[in-house]
Amino acid sequence: MSNLLAARSLMAMSLAFHILFAVVGMAMPLLMVLAEWRWLRTRDPAWLELAKRWSKGVAILFAVGAVSGTVLSFQLGLLWPEFMRRAGALIGLPFAMEGFAFFLEAICLGLYLYGWKKLPGRVHLLSGVGVLLAGVMSGVFVIAANAWMNQPTGFRLVDGKFVDIDPVAAMGNAMWLPQAAHMLLAAFLAVGFGTAGVHALLLLRRPGSEMHRRALVLALWVGGIAAVLVPVSGDLLAKRVAVLQPVKFAALEGLFASEAPASLSLGGWPDQDAGVTHGALKIPYLLSFLAHGDFATKVQGLNEFPRDVWPPVLVTHVAFQVMVGLGMLLLLVTATGAWLGVRRRPLDQQRWFLRLLVACAPAGFLAIEAGWVVTEVGRQPWIIQGILRTSEAVTPTPHLTVPLLGFTGLYLFLFAVVFRLLRRHVFLSAEGSHA
Amino acid sequence: MPEPAQLVGGVLLLAMIIYVVSGGADFGGGVWELFARGPRAGEQVRVLRHAIAPIWEAHHVWLILVVVLLFTCFPPAFAAIMVALHVPVTLMLVGIVLRGATFAFQSYAAGDRVIERQSVRLFRVASAITPLMLGVVAGAVAGGKIRVDAETGAVLSDFVSPWLAPFPFLVGLMTLCLCTFLAAVYMTVETEGALREDFRRRALAAGIAVGAVALPAALGALAWAPLIGVPLLRSAWALPFHVGTGGIAVGALVALLWRRFRLARMLAVAQTALILIGWGMAQYPNVLAPDLGIEQCAAPRIVLMATLTVLGIGTLLLVPAFVWLYRVFKAG
Repeated sequence: MSNLLAARSLMAMSLAFHILFAVVGMAMPLLMVLAEWRWLRTRDPAWLELAKRWSKGVAILFAVGAVSGTVLSFQLGLLWPEFMRRAGALIGLPFAMEGFAFFLEAICLGLYLYGWKKLPGRVHLLSGVGVLLAGVMSGVFVIAANAWMNQPTGFRLVDGKFVDIDPVAAMGNAMWLPQAAHMLLAAFLAVGFGTAGVHALLLLRRPGSEMHRRALVLALWVGGIAAVLVPVSGDLLAKRVAVLQPVKFAALEGLFASEAPASLSLGGWPDQDAGVTHGALKIPYLLSFLAHGDFATKVQGLNEFPRDVWPPVLVTHVAFQVMVGLGMLLLLVTATGAWLGVRRRPLDQQRWFLRLLVACAPAGFLAIEAGWVVTEVGRQPWIIQGILRTSEAVTPTPHLTVPLLGFTGLYLFLFAVVFRLLRRHVFLSAEGSHA
Repeated sequence: MPEPAQLVGGVLLLAMIIYVVSGGADFGGGVWELFARGPRAGEQVRVLRHAIAPIWEAHHVWLILVVVLLFTCFPPAFAAIMVALHVPVTLMLVGIVLRGATFAFQSYAAGDRVIERQSVRLFRVASAITPLMLGVVAGAVAGGKIRVDAETGAVLSDFVSPWLAPFPFLVGLMTLCLCTFLAAVYMTVETEGALREDFRRRALAAGIAVGAVALPAALGALAWAPLIGVPLLRSAWALPFHVGTGGIAVGALVALLWRRFRLARMLAVAQTALILIGWGMAQYPNVLAPDLGIEQCAAPRIVLMATLTVLGIGTLLLVPAFVWLYRVFKAG
């Protein structure tokens, strides 16, 4: 395995691992805070119990997210020193802001988790709101740095060097807000449906539990609202990508020859060497509309760009299909739930719907992983779009397969322990509801 | 008025000091679990965990701030350190991951005995390895063996010799002793009775260990890392500075002997700060001696000013938040 491939694999794995925990740290506090707010309003102990149980999940996952995020901030330099040497000054500002948001999140979480008996109710709730806001802000800040890699701005390039650096302009790049909105909504989507799935499982085992019914409904509201908004943010983001990263856009569509008007490809299997996408369902005009808001505009295919700036087309296209497919699936589940609600059928008594929710529990998380594959693999061969190639940024340190194997083992181990612990907490809570 | 690069450098040093006296002590707490002995061993472990639980994640962020300031404001230095010290930094990261994750696992084991027992064991070992490797990294940065082509940023030295040497490991050992010393001193303030006496004895032993390692480390610097050793021991400020630091170190031990625990805590923090300030003064004006000076490797002025602005606003939010955290969990 080449050093470049090992470095890319290690970075990909660290990101894929961290994002699962970061997402929970961003979105789960919303559920926790809503439950506690209901408790303060109604004094119904079921809500308090829910807030406490969800906060335990947050505690475990936040800790793993915090330390795996630390690994990432070092790995930017350990794996891509040339990127950091040149771009550190440009992307550092949002990282510094993220640092302070992370401080506040950690402080508020400490107060929340260990302050149940020490803080008055409203103040305790406020600390939970602090966790939520600071978590959301740290996500938004960090994405500014990633968005800059997709749309580098805030400098002039002279002889390959960044001059006239403006870190504020760099942070305000055109990809930031659409990317941040899409990621945030996706986090609430994943956590909403993940939580709903867990409580659906518990309701299947112990039907009639009032606490789990409430948890299910609350989580579905959060996930459902996100499911409706995620495609909207995705559409805004796709329109930016179509203009600012046309090669990535063509790759995620599996579009080799330019089309005007362009049809949208559903599914299909791009053959990069042959330059065709096999077996895709074509919907005429739709791609032009999605990319540029007009049914006739030309969409550039990969053939218009030199081959040495193509990303791996197959991976990018399939990941995009998986992401969109899972998003649509969850939208459909949301619609089903809404229909049941309108017909006044109690959700917790439709066993088929509960089973469906259990099956969909990981869908949002998988969609997020797939989305990051689109973002990162789709930008290749660049680490800074159009400016610095990933191969030029990689560290000269040899034997990167060793840390790759080491971190793979470490993350698998942590994943297994977290899974076992969460399962235990979930089934303990099943017994709890019986009591 | 100092230049922005100097200001950022000062903030960087301050953040490192706060990290060692806060996060470092949390690692020290884990190390003391390894040495929980005697009739009150279980009790010692319980109070140590209680002391760390609500605050370790917030303390951990100081390290992130250090890294972020380094790569934002001195990018070539960050890049060179990450290339040359890939191995010890990675080992430190493994320690950080295992320490943090296993602490959460054992806190929320929910009666899973296997996970609890193994997590506790890993937590303690990782608590010892992490400050050791942190010190090795610091020692290697201070040691002046990382050579960089200042024009291209290419690292000219190899990937092993800058850190696999006596001086960085002496600094690592000293960091480990310092963290355990701080933890034990803090615990004397946070406990009472016989338990307090346990930590008092441990604090005294660790304090003496710090001194015992500090002397060879300083002499080692002269022999193996003259770039830092010579200014550290031979500049005009060296003698009064070391007399002052030594005096405070002895003062901390005397305060422990006299059971003036709050005073001991203050002096232990001051001693740690002075050790790091001494490093900073000896290394100045280099960020990564001898090739990367502070002015030369600093980011453009506009970046430094923007960072200082963020630091200023962030501090306004941070200080009341930390005060609140400590008031709730460390009062009395």
